[in-house]
Amino acid sequence: MTLQAVLVVAAALFSVGLYGAVSQQVVVMVMMGLELMVNAVVLAAAGLWWFLAPTPDGHVLLLVVLAAMTVEMAMGFAVATVLHRSRGADTTDSTTDLNR
Amino acid sequence: MPEVVAVPPGWAVLAVLLVALAGWWSASLDARVSGGGWSAPVAEVARLLRQRRRTLLAADRLLWRLGGGGLLVVALLMVAVVPLGRWTLADLGVGVVWFNAMDVLVWALVWMAGWGPNSAHALVGGYRFLAQAMAYELPLMFALTAPAVAAGSLRLGDVVAAQQESWFVLRMPVAFAVFCTCVVAFSVRGPFAAAAGTDIAGGVLAEVSGVDRLLLLAGRHALLVAGSAFAVVAFLGGGAGPWLPGWVWTLVKTFALVSVLVVAGRRLPSLRPDRLVEVGWVVLLPLTLLQLLVVSVVVVVG
Amino acid sequence: MTGTWWEAVLFWSLGAVAVAAGWAVFRTDSMARATYALAASFVAVGAQVLLLHLDYVGVVTVLMMVMEMAVMAVYMVMFMGMNPALMPMSMVHSRRTSIGLAVGTFLVLGGGALLVPWPTRRGSPAPDLTASLGEAVMGSKMLVMLVVSPVLFATIVSALVLALPRSRYDRLGADLRRRPADDPQPGGVGR
Repeated sequence: MTLQAVLVVAAALFSVGLYGAVSQQVVVMVMMGLELMVNAVVLAAAGLWWFLAPTPDGHVLLLVVLAAMTVEMAMGFAVATVLHRSRGADTTDSTTDLNR
Repeated sequence: MPEVVAVPPGWAVLAVLLVALAGWWSASLDARVSGGGWSAPVAEVARLLRQRRRTLLAADRLLWRLGGGGLLVVALLMVAVVPLGRWTLADLGVGVVWFNAMDVLVWALVWMAGWGPNSAHALVGGYRFLAQAMAYELPLMFALTAPAVAAGSLRLGDVVAAQQESWFVLRMPVAFAVFCTCVVAFSVRGPFAAAAGTDIAGGVLAEVSGVDRLLLLAGRHALLVAGSAFAVVAFLGGGAGPWLPGWVWTLVKTFALVSVLVVAGRRLPSLRPDRLVEVGWVVLLPLTLLQLLVVSVVVVVG
Repeated sequence: MTGTWWEAVLFWSLGAVAVAAGWAVFRTDSMARATYALAASFVAVGAQVLLLHLDYVGVVTVLMMVMEMAVMAVYMVMFMGMNPALMPMSMVHSRRTSIGLAVGTFLVLGGGALLVPWPTRRGSPAPDLTASLGEAVMGSKMLVMLVVSPVLFATIVSALVLALPRSRYDRLGADLRRRPADDPQPGGVGR
């Protein structure tokens, strides 16, 4: 187990997440892709922390990443609910208001 | 009291046997209180072992089996961090959080057990449990936080050591009561058994049969045992007690608490899930937060 | 620092599980399986983080993510308008582009991970990492927590404001005097 190994696994996770976030049509599935990318960030940050600078500062940063993940998820659920309620939409292709 | 030490993993066999024994006691007492005989679990186990598995159209077998068998595994993983007297299987620095993470797995497993069979009653049961879980989880978390704050550590060995002068149940009775309530809730029993309620033909238990049913029922008893064992360590002084060695006291207290919870669960009426949810959010959560505030102030001042 | 051989074996197996489960999220036709595949991916990464000696973060990752995925499953079933579990169908757009993008990203990131000359380790881990984290959060890094907590609180409020279809006027009437409140689901406290 080396830093390189951790980062390669994290890169693979990030790429799979990116594929999902870009390719999926349904809002909730896009969120799952984003989650997978944040998952990779957690792993990479943990690896960098342990192998490069195991100080409390980096540990705190990981907590912040987890908090950011919570915020992303809560707002994502709220927005998905609003979209569904206001226009019965569940796919990203039908919610392109800002795409002009 | 001597420091808690970790034993080699081989002792896990003994832990499994003890959980099985306590689970058997829980099942027997449950049968007795609900009007059957002491030996009812023997007959039930024999019947379920011979019963053929029911198969359903388009059932999600993978998730169904995971949900049914997983409860038992989760209960054993909970027990892994609970010290028995002065021995523990895993002396985890974050034992309290570990227990919490394991009880969150129950959310997923009960929902899977409801989703798996592709049956409406079971699915309603799974959703009921999730709604109820949201309501009991936050009070449970804050009830767990109270002993950790008082002990100044997330390690269960330190939590036991901090109770040498007085048990935490005396210093934080509300947290103890809420924790016991939540143990009954996450083992889907008593007033919190709406997920397996008779009004929806048994809910998550509606379609499951044979060995799967045995595992699910055993998992519920094992969860009650694991939660009680944790409560003994976190609130009832662990192995503290006169004359007898610590491990005996831990076992005696665990069996006593299991008995109390089983009998109370049978005596109290079942609650409608929608009512229960509001009680969890509006009554239990503020109560535990106040309890935590009191404990924190006492720790800082005293 | 590099650990023993069994740690390496465990790490690579967990990594394989994490990536395979992550891939399964977008391959399976069942919404429940997709959600719990993601949960499995998170549990594997949580275990890897435990291997990296971040006990608290690892266990909390498992705790949070399993909880979140249990809720996510409900949303999946609610909001997947076209139900691939009932009728297998492709739910992707711009498939080629995304695969190319993903492979390119992996090559760049993975290559970077292998080729960049990483500096040597600075500092050494505290004897009790969880305690040192707690002291950092309540001491020198308190500002971080002071910022994170209002952000989380604001998230709760704004998410509820966004998602709730009814306001207090719907519950209590125009003059807020209606008792008992008109709730679609009456609760147990009787407000």
